[in-house]
Amino acid sequence: MRSKLARLLAAVSAAALIPCSALAQTAAPAKLDSGDTAWMLTATMLVLLMTIPGLALFYGGMVRAKNLLSVLMQCFAITALVTILWVVYGYSLAFDNTGMTAGTTNLHSFIGGLGHGMLAGLTPGSLYQTVPEAVFVMFQMTFAIITPALIVGAIAERMKFSSLLVFTALWFTLVYLPIAHMVWGGPGSFLGDLGVLDFAGGTVVHINAGIAGLVGCLVIGKRRGYPTTAMPPHNLGYTLVGASMLWLGWFGFNAGSAVAANGSAGMAMLVTQIATAAAAIGWTAIEWITHRRASVLGIASGAVAGLVAITPAAGTCGPGGALVLGFVAGVVCFFSATSLKRKFGYDDSLDVFGVHAIAGIVGALLTGPLAAPLLGGFGTVTDLGLQLWIQFKGVSFTVVYSAVLSYAIFKGIAVTMGLRVDEEQEQIGLDLALHEERGYNLS
Amino acid sequence: MKWINAIIKPFTLDDVREALAEAGVQGMTVTEVKGFGRQHGHTELYRGAEYVVDFLPKLKIEIAVTDEQLERAIEAISTAARTGKIGDGKIFVIDLEQAIRIRTQEVDADAL
Repeated sequence: MRSKLARLLAAVSAAALIPCSALAQTAAPAKLDSGDTAWMLTATMLVLLMTIPGLALFYGGMVRAKNLLSVLMQCFAITALVTILWVVYGYSLAFDNTGMTAGTTNLHSFIGGLGHGMLAGLTPGSLYQTVPEAVFVMFQMTFAIITPALIVGAIAERMKFSSLLVFTALWFTLVYLPIAHMVWGGPGSFLGDLGVLDFAGGTVVHINAGIAGLVGCLVIGKRRGYPTTAMPPHNLGYTLVGASMLWLGWFGFNAGSAVAANGSAGMAMLVTQIATAAAAIGWTAIEWITHRRASVLGIASGAVAGLVAITPAAGTCGPGGALVLGFVAGVVCFFSATSLKRKFGYDDSLDVFGVHAIAGIVGALLTGPLAAPLLGGFGTVTDLGLQLWIQFKGVSFTVVYSAVLSYAIFKGIAVTMGLRVDEEQEQIGLDLALHEERGYNLS
Repeated sequence: MKWINAIIKPFTLDDVREALAEAGVQGMTVTEVKGFGRQHGHTELYRGAEYVVDFLPKLKIEIAVTDEQLERAIEAISTAARTGKIGDGKIFVIDLEQAIRIRTQEVDADAL
């Protein structure tokens, strides 16, 4: 078993499916490629667009009119806050590879060092592979931004803004950075060494945030009146525009994760489009069959489920695999966001768990077998069962780690500064109660 | 004089306005309202959560007419707002005691 793992790891590393550490690469002789750099500059902006305004509008349209600004504000503030934390210590803890050796598990398999705090040593001449390291710092920063922003959907319409900022800082530090390091830290990183395939962050971003969302909505409790009071989305036009921006921005997320303007980026772009379309159709079809209607919220949710599911697989699966992967994700997420939620009665307001965690898990698991050339993939996987098992281990570890740490953080804030606004503020709406502004000053 | 208070389907407004103008009505007040009658509401479904919407959007038009105009005005509204389907609305008629045009101080029929 162990030797099989080692062989697989060697094969996987050879195929360079796991992005290697920036700091390891700066030591190696490398030459800047202007084509790669131009694409990575573009991809970085696309990923930033996913959070502001993509995700902000996607979520903003789904809440009630009195809470629109609160959601936009949360996404925007997280963007600014995480940027600062990323510069001060985030990049270092996620990508510093001091003391790491392939195949050896030590403290630095789980978290990087602080040697690159305040981006120490970064100059215009620093390179990561063939692009400026400054661009790589920015690119990875946009991933660190969107992950905590995703969680906002689970606790929407009832969380204090101050508590959200504290939560974001703690969760980014204690959950996002370690998981990112364990997957993307390079040789010697815990999940990377296991051979877990996660091309663009299905595990790091989506499962991680989705599980935190579920834990968050359980700790903070339901919105007052849920589920007996009607809480329909106030502007599905925003939601569809937001979903469209997510779709567009995701090309930066997935094709950008090749960190080069090459064939891998091109294929990642293609399979992303295919899986997203298949999931949108899958969700809509099953909705049409079970509810006898095709809804705007449904097709937008399906598209996002497809984007999430293809994320870990974008570097290894083929067009046929993307079709299957997307369709399965669309159908499964339809049930997790509708039936599952109602059965258990938790108020995951905007379905962060139902869409991101579930599609993330479906995607992470199927990434294994779909990487095999036997199933049209472009990976080096030959033992489908073994890779599925490795993927399962990666998913399980992330689920448990995120759940335990997220619970501790949410609970800690709940007993100290409190998570929720009071009843009156919730009734008035967070826009007026917390920000003293209205989203709509019509008439 | 009579005060006509009619609830109509929003998309029939243009036809109703034209018909009333032909009937000699010189002005009207329109308000967006919500309510239900026999039509009741409808249901909306968002990610599997079903909401019953009790109150449907309608328009309320209010006009003042002389006793002689009344029949033609009612006729105009009934014809123009009628689709034959449930929810076409209702017309209420109330006695109107006084009308005054503020600018000229004209009263009653002269003020309409």
